[in-house]
Amino acid sequence: MPGRVGRDGSVSTRIVDSRGTRCPMPIIDLARAAATAPGGTVMELWATDPAADADVRAWCRMRGHTFLAAEQLDPQARRYTLRLNATVG
Amino acid sequence: MHPAARETLWAALDDGWADPTRLHSESRRARRLLDQAREILAVAVGVAPADLSFLPGGTSALLSALDALGHARRRHGRSLVASAVEASAVLTWGQHAAGGEADLAAAGIVPVDDVGRVDAEAFATAMGRPGVAVAALQHANPEVGTVQPVDDCVRAARESGVPLLVDATASLGRLPTPRDTDVIVGDATSFAGPTGVGLLGVRPGTRYLPPGPTSLLERGRATETPWVPQVLAAAEAWRQVNHTRAADAAAARDLIARIRATAAAIPDVDVAGPDPTLGDDASLPHVLTFSVLYVDGERLVNAFDRHGFAVSSGSACTASVLEPSHVLAAMGRLTQGNVRITLPVAATAPDLSADVARFCAVLPEVVAQCRAELGVTDL
Repeated sequence: MPGRVGRDGSVSTRIVDSRGTRCPMPIIDLARAAATAPGGTVMELWATDPAADADVRAWCRMRGHTFLAAEQLDPQARRYTLRLNATVG
Repeated sequence: MHPAARETLWAALDDGWADPTRLHSESRRARRLLDQAREILAVAVGVAPADLSFLPGGTSALLSALDALGHARRRHGRSLVASAVEASAVLTWGQHAAGGEADLAAAGIVPVDDVGRVDAEAFATAMGRPGVAVAALQHANPEVGTVQPVDDCVRAARESGVPLLVDATASLGRLPTPRDTDVIVGDATSFAGPTGVGLLGVRPGTRYLPPGPTSLLERGRATETPWVPQVLAAAEAWRQVNHTRAADAAAARDLIARIRATAAAIPDVDVAGPDPTLGDDASLPHVLTFSVLYVDGERLVNAFDRHGFAVSSGSACTASVLEPSHVLAAMGRLTQGNVRITLPVAATAPDLSADVARFCAVLPEVVAQCRAELGVTDL
C-alpha cells in the first residue's frame, strides 16, 4: 500500500486509491485497508465515485473514526482524509 | 390505484368524457361532475373549491407555482429558500432561478438535522434575507418520511412577506392536511388516486402571476384542461382513503416499526428518518429507508425482487443514476445499499400484514447473502 513518508522516516498516511470504482467499492477498499492499520493512522481515500462524499462521512460515524477533510485531488477525483480511532482492529 | 377509484374511472369514461369547457349537454354534465370532484379534492388540500386548480401532476404543479410566485416577486429578488431535502425538481428550479450563480442558489438551502428536519428559526432567518423571491417546504419527505415544521414556517413566511409553497405531494391521505397554508401542492398518487392529477391550492390574496401569456383554464393556473374521468377517480380515491386514514396510519406505523426494528438489528445497517412511533408530527406512517454498509443498492433491489418485493433505492449504484440521494447525503446518512420501503394504502393491499411479516423474515438473510456474494463479511 502506498504511503506518505514523514520527516522522521515513518509512514504517516495510508493512501487508498479507489479512483474509477463505483459504490460501494471505495468504502470496501477503505475498510480493508483500515483493518490492517493501527489505531490513530491517518488515511486518505482517493475516489471518483460521487457517493463517496456522503459514504466516507457515514462510515466514519458508524465506525467511530474521525473525518478530517474532503478536497479536490484532480478534475475527476476527490481526496478524503480521516483518522482511525484508537481501538480499530 | 384504489379499487373504488378504478371503478369510478371506468364509469366516468361513459359519463364524464366530454370537454368540460364546452356548452353542449355532455360537456355541461362533465362540468357538473368536475365541480363535484373539485369540492371533494379542495378538502384534500385544505382550500376553498374556487381556490383549487388541477394540473397534470404534482411536479408540474410545484414548478408552475414556483414560476408564478417567483414572477410576482421578481422586483424583490430571484432566489429560492428551501430545505436541503426538497424534491430535486424544486432544488433545480432554485439553481435555475439563481441564473447559474452557485453561491446564490446555495445561500437559500436550509440544512436539515440527522433525521431530515429543518430548524424553523433557521428557515425564517433564510426567508428574511434580501433577494428572496419564494420559499418551498415539504410537509413530509417521500424518501425518509420526515415531517417539517410547516405551521411555524408558514407564520414566519407571512411575517417576512415571502410566499411559502408547501409541498404536500407525499403526505395527502397519509397525514392530516396542513391547514392555513398560502400555497399548497398535492398529487393524487399519495392517496391511491391515478397518476396525472396535480392539486394546486392558492389562498386568495396571494400574489400569483404566471409568466407568459394569460391562460383561461383552471383559474389561469394551468395550460391544459383536466381530463374529467381522471379527476373523478382521484376524488373517489380521496373519499375512500380519507375515511379510513387514521386507522390505516396507525396500522402502517406498527408495520413500519416492525421492519425498522428488524433492519436495525442487522449489523452495520444505517436506518434513516424519525422513529415511526413518534406520530403524525414527526413522520409519514408508511415510509422507511435504511442503508446496508458494503453492499450496492441494485443488488438488494434485485434480491428483494426475486422474493416478490418491489423496493426502491436512493443509492448511486443503481443502474439509472450516478448521483446518490441528495436527501440521505443532506442528513449525513449512508447512501450505499439503500432500500426504500413505501407501504401501499390498506385497500390496495389486503395481505399487507402478512407481506410485511414475510419481508421481515427474509430481510436478514437477503443482507447476509448480498454481503457473502461481495466477500465483505469479514469487514
